[in-house]
Amino acid sequence: MKVTGLSRRKFLKGGALVIGYSFTGLPLAWAKGEAKPQARILNLDEVDAFLAVRPDGSVIVYSGKVDLGTGHRIAMRQMVAEELSIGVDRIELIEGDTALTPNQGPTAGSTGVMRGGVQLRQAAATAREALLLRASAQLQRPLGELSLGDGLVRSADGSARVGIGALVGDRAFGVKMNPKAPLKSPAHYTVVGKSLPRPDLPAKMSGRHVYVHDFSLPRMLHGRPVRPTAVGATLLEVDAASVRHIPGARVVRIKDFVGVVAPDEWSAICAARALKLRWSAGSGLVGHENLHEWARRGPFVKEEVIVSKGDTRGLVGNPQRLSATYSWPVQSHASLGPSCAVADVKTDQATIWTASQATHRFHPAFAHMLDLPLDQVRLIYLDGAGCYGMNGHDDAAADAALLSKAVGRPVRVQWMREDELGWDPKGPPQLLDLRAALDAQGHIDAWEVEMWVPIATAKLAHVPLLAPSDAGIAQPAGQSVGLVAQNAVPPYRVPNAKVTAHWLGPAPLRPSNIRAPGKVANCFAVESFVDELAAAARLDPLEFRLRDLSDPRGIEVLKRCAALAGWTPRSGEARPHGPDAAGTRASGRGLAYIHYKDNETYVAIAVEVEVAKQSGEIRVKRVCCAHDCGLMINPDAVRNQVAGNILQSLSRCLFEETTFDRQRVTSVDWASYRILRFPEIPELRLDLVHRPDLPPLGAGEAASTPVPAALANAVYDAVGVRMRQVPLTPGRVLDALGKLG
Amino acid sequence: MAKFSFTVNGKRRNVVSWDPQQPLLYVLRNQLELHGPKFGCGLGQCGSCTVLIEGKAVQACMVTIAEAAGKHITTLEGLGSPQQPHPVQAAFIAEQAAQCGYCSNGMIMTSVALLQQTPQPSDEQVKSALAGNLCRCGSYDRVLRAVRLAAASMKSKGRA
Repeated sequence: MKVTGLSRRKFLKGGALVIGYSFTGLPLAWAKGEAKPQARILNLDEVDAFLAVRPDGSVIVYSGKVDLGTGHRIAMRQMVAEELSIGVDRIELIEGDTALTPNQGPTAGSTGVMRGGVQLRQAAATAREALLLRASAQLQRPLGELSLGDGLVRSADGSARVGIGALVGDRAFGVKMNPKAPLKSPAHYTVVGKSLPRPDLPAKMSGRHVYVHDFSLPRMLHGRPVRPTAVGATLLEVDAASVRHIPGARVVRIKDFVGVVAPDEWSAICAARALKLRWSAGSGLVGHENLHEWARRGPFVKEEVIVSKGDTRGLVGNPQRLSATYSWPVQSHASLGPSCAVADVKTDQATIWTASQATHRFHPAFAHMLDLPLDQVRLIYLDGAGCYGMNGHDDAAADAALLSKAVGRPVRVQWMREDELGWDPKGPPQLLDLRAALDAQGHIDAWEVEMWVPIATAKLAHVPLLAPSDAGIAQPAGQSVGLVAQNAVPPYRVPNAKVTAHWLGPAPLRPSNIRAPGKVANCFAVESFVDELAAAARLDPLEFRLRDLSDPRGIEVLKRCAALAGWTPRSGEARPHGPDAAGTRASGRGLAYIHYKDNETYVAIAVEVEVAKQSGEIRVKRVCCAHDCGLMINPDAVRNQVAGNILQSLSRCLFEETTFDRQRVTSVDWASYRILRFPEIPELRLDLVHRPDLPPLGAGEAASTPVPAALANAVYDAVGVRMRQVPLTPGRVLDALGKLG
Repeated sequence: MAKFSFTVNGKRRNVVSWDPQQPLLYVLRNQLELHGPKFGCGLGQCGSCTVLIEGKAVQACMVTIAEAAGKHITTLEGLGSPQQPHPVQAAFIAEQAAQCGYCSNGMIMTSVALLQQTPQPSDEQVKSALAGNLCRCGSYDRVLRAVRLAAASMKSKGRA
């Protein structure tokens, strides 16, 4: 075990553990007695915030953004290694530790590489510049004669050399970030653009990687929160005697927050199940079946015109106009492992190990919740189960922190399956009305969208957490939903367009961002409706899009996707085909395209389905995708993200809906909240466009967005019905077929 | 406190619990510090906690320690290490067949059991054998490739 920055003696004294990862993915641990380990410089304008060079020339990279299973752990190293001309195996990476890493914002919105990595790259470029200057002074050689490689600065004739470790010495860099420090030319890349393997996988594949779920401390107790029987209920009575038969079990109550702790995990689970509580009635939920009426009824915080271009008033009373309503349900992150955290809260300091996507953002919230100074509270990221916005990890961390504070010992909280699906913050519902008219040549002339969506609270410091809410600890009120109004206008030439948002105050269940928030629903509606317009114009859906698309990168992904899919032009109208089109099974193809957020990644998707007309079941046979996210740092990691986006989006679109009654969420296991299973996966064909000379864009979300429309358009092609409500369940397909008569 | 013993990864292990109904999973993870098997649902619905008991893939959240007593149990750690991975583990690494990796334990353990029974499975057999193993990140496609690769490499090494 490597011990970094601390003496062996101090390490052996024990205390809180810090885990970083060596290149092999095995945990490097070093001990620390206090929440703030060393005076790290964390200002974003200092190179020291991002990088440290050890005397031996190896480098530590401090990343505020974390690896959520996305491959950042290798991609970040590649970006730094390239600029410093060292091997990736010479880099140790520390992630998401509020005491050690700079605040680069949450790991969300596909910004990991695009913003976080780019910042690290600039730090490395600045460091390179500074190292060469120092070497020039030390070696008494002009800059032009020096080059950096393999941890050494060498003179052109090879006669003089100095190691980068010696140039920095046993001190901080002391160099300001230079936003103009020259970057290496992509033509000379040797590390960036290579599909290097992820360093964490050998340990993950053999059970050696330390997930937050696997982390433990001496004297640690196991805890479980016990959530109310109804959302918003207050706790009337606790029967602590009801857990007396379980060895070592204790009940903790802080106002309406209640939890149990026990020396071992099974005892904690048994105690949580046995604990007798009496709750008041809840605050009364909308119920998932009433969402559309609820959304249209309001009350609305405001109405906002998001896009206004040309004049769409002609749509009123235009007999030729088309209109349709599309909707997206409430969905869970449905992380495979329920959320988990370990907290060690002492009287004067606290350390919390969490799989949070936003340790820095939640840092002040935890200090406030625990009534401790900010510099005595430390949040440390450890891997969790995949999380796609904000699942229950931050809530589990708050549960653990309050329980640890109450019992004066470290506490590990592991949510159960019903906690995760029941209480993780949910992706909010969306309802969209679309209207459009074509001109005489069948081009889109006017386009209107009205959307009914919960509003995000401006400048909300963090998503309100369950435990402090229940415990009566003040925290910012409001909600986070993400940028849900983007991508509501088709990415084609549309002379007249208007998008209006009817912003709803509260959400039906506590919301947070889920992968491509808003965009996935908007693209479903927009690209399905574009397909409806193509059919009305009796034009091939690909041709309909291409003839009004001017962005060359957009055109390229659409064409490459069509080539992958072997797209054959058709009139745009559904015409049942396939091996048994007239009988029980019909095949169809659909496509969709997005320019993500109108300024990021380009994606085109084509889906091929078979629909069983008797059962209404949709079988997805093949998904083709062309994807352009600019420079790819690690093409295999991008490929993995793109495939994951496609499969997860199919899952959301085919199966997923959080159900809830007036009291609470009722889809709380994998039977009631069904996700895509192995036998249902389609063949995937991916074509990744690599553009080394362009900036890297996000790959974590974009490919999920065109999938639902491409799927629904394929269903239309197969059986002639428009599916406008997600999920596309067999029941809904049958309903639609029935209406078709 | 009652005592229970089983053979885990080739070693005789004794554990204690006040409750013979305690699922094997928690004893493996906490008392024996074997973190390969993951807690995913506790309901036998996701496969994250899969271990081999007498060579059969079993969900450790659904087996009590009383039932497991006296049995031979293999966990992900027992298959191989980062330095010396089992061919199935090596294939998952070669194909980079994971995102968060939380499902990997179940995918690998179930695949090992499958390949013991059916050394050269068809894609449909693989998909069907892994139907009880959920992946939320969408790494299924890579897992399928990894199992194909593992089957091929075990065949060429004569292990299957």
